[in-house]
Amino acid sequence: MQKTYYDPADLKKFGKISDWNQELGDKFFDYYSRVFEEGTLSAREKSLIALAVAHTEQCPYCIDAYTQDGLQRGITKEEMMEALHVGAAIKGGATLVHGVQMMNKVNKLEM
Amino acid sequence: MTTKSLHKRESDLANSNKQLKILSNGIFQNGDLPTFKEKISKSGQFPLKAKKLEILQINVGYMCNQVCEHCHVDAGPDRKEIMTKETMLQCLEVIKSTGAHTLDLTGGAPEMNPNFRWFVDEASKVGIKDFIVRSNLTIIRANKKYHDLPEFFKKHNVHVVSSMPHWTRGKTDKQRGNGVFDASIKALQDLNNTGYGMPNSSLRLDLVYNPSGAFLPGNQVDMEKDFKKALKEDFSIQFHNLFTITNLPIARFLDYLIASENYEDYMHALVEAYNPLAVSNVMCTNTLSVSWDGYLYDCDFNQMLGLPVNSKSKHISDYNENLLEGRNIEISQHCYGCTAGAGSSCQGVVA
Repeated sequence: MQKTYYDPADLKKFGKISDWNQELGDKFFDYYSRVFEEGTLSAREKSLIALAVAHTEQCPYCIDAYTQDGLQRGITKEEMMEALHVGAAIKGGATLVHGVQMMNKVNKLEM
Repeated sequence: MTTKSLHKRESDLANSNKQLKILSNGIFQNGDLPTFKEKISKSGQFPLKAKKLEILQINVGYMCNQVCEHCHVDAGPDRKEIMTKETMLQCLEVIKSTGAHTLDLTGGAPEMNPNFRWFVDEASKVGIKDFIVRSNLTIIRANKKYHDLPEFFKKHNVHVVSSMPHWTRGKTDKQRGNGVFDASIKALQDLNNTGYGMPNSSLRLDLVYNPSGAFLPGNQVDMEKDFKKALKEDFSIQFHNLFTITNLPIARFLDYLIASENYEDYMHALVEAYNPLAVSNVMCTNTLSVSWDGYLYDCDFNQMLGLPVNSKSKHISDYNENLLEGRNIEISQHCYGCTAGAGSSCQGVVA
């Protein structure tokens, strides 16, 4: 039994989730591949969004996959890091904006 | 950044047999790798057979002014192997007699062969449809005596194919050495000023992209769009086509893969991306590669691995089209590089 929760080799087995529910698995992967097709946004822009979200979701599989994808597309490390900061800013902002709720609650409860 | 060839460093990998041993036996921790022979046998494509010769690729020497990290030729300023005029004369005889429509001169930096201009003069008289010179660009700016190369190429209507790893300085210099990006940009501008690469110009200028690391190239069409946009916006540079090429796990790229502990993952990535459709169009089926000393190989990579053609006709001096056509092509594990994804050849994707 492995002693870590994440195994890089598991990324290659992602498609196997369909084995136990073919219909929903297929629907997911159809949707997934459609999302990443060239659209109003370029596939390159989508790759950078995916990389940023991979970090905010803290998914190591997704980080590996979209770092590799970015390199294959010729995306530079500076572009990758900039995308990451967008994710970090939203994540930080999302934490801080809840501070308004805290402030509202404090203001309501305090004399 | 490496500053010397594997030969100069007296690395084990300077020996092609050592490279083949690593490729064949692997250094795998994570399961076995199927052999390329097994893989193409499953789709009924073994043995891989040579078709009619269309492209004659001549390597006029391993000497180069650059020492790129990924170089499969292990070329560099310290490599002295240079094709003699005598071998060039033998090549010219074959060029005249063969029905090949493309002549492809490569190196090292082919322009550094002292007989390069004479050879181009002579070969251009033969009436080959597509006469390619693979220029690393920086040679045009390396020394005053090369500054007129764009005019020389134009005079002979040579098709210039040049390596360009990226449209940014950082990625380019990392793979090819400090200063390569700026020199390449200046050389591309020189070529543009001579008429090369302009939208309606018959003076063909194509760029070659191969990844600056242990990953496969992206989609050729998308990469070409990105290259064209960036080079035009940033430097007013234009070119015709971009060819994406997969790095094959030999010579300095193999050395890099092993040293960076990427070898196993890279080989698995190549095998996972194996595309049987690419097999029928790999370049070795319609190309013959001639080494600096006149020996014949199925491709430039087999040349570097010391795998000569499987034919009685083994040298340009005893070239025999009848003996070479239909020969069985020599294969090894490196062939996964040309059959991954959309495939890879000196002319870019094949599937």
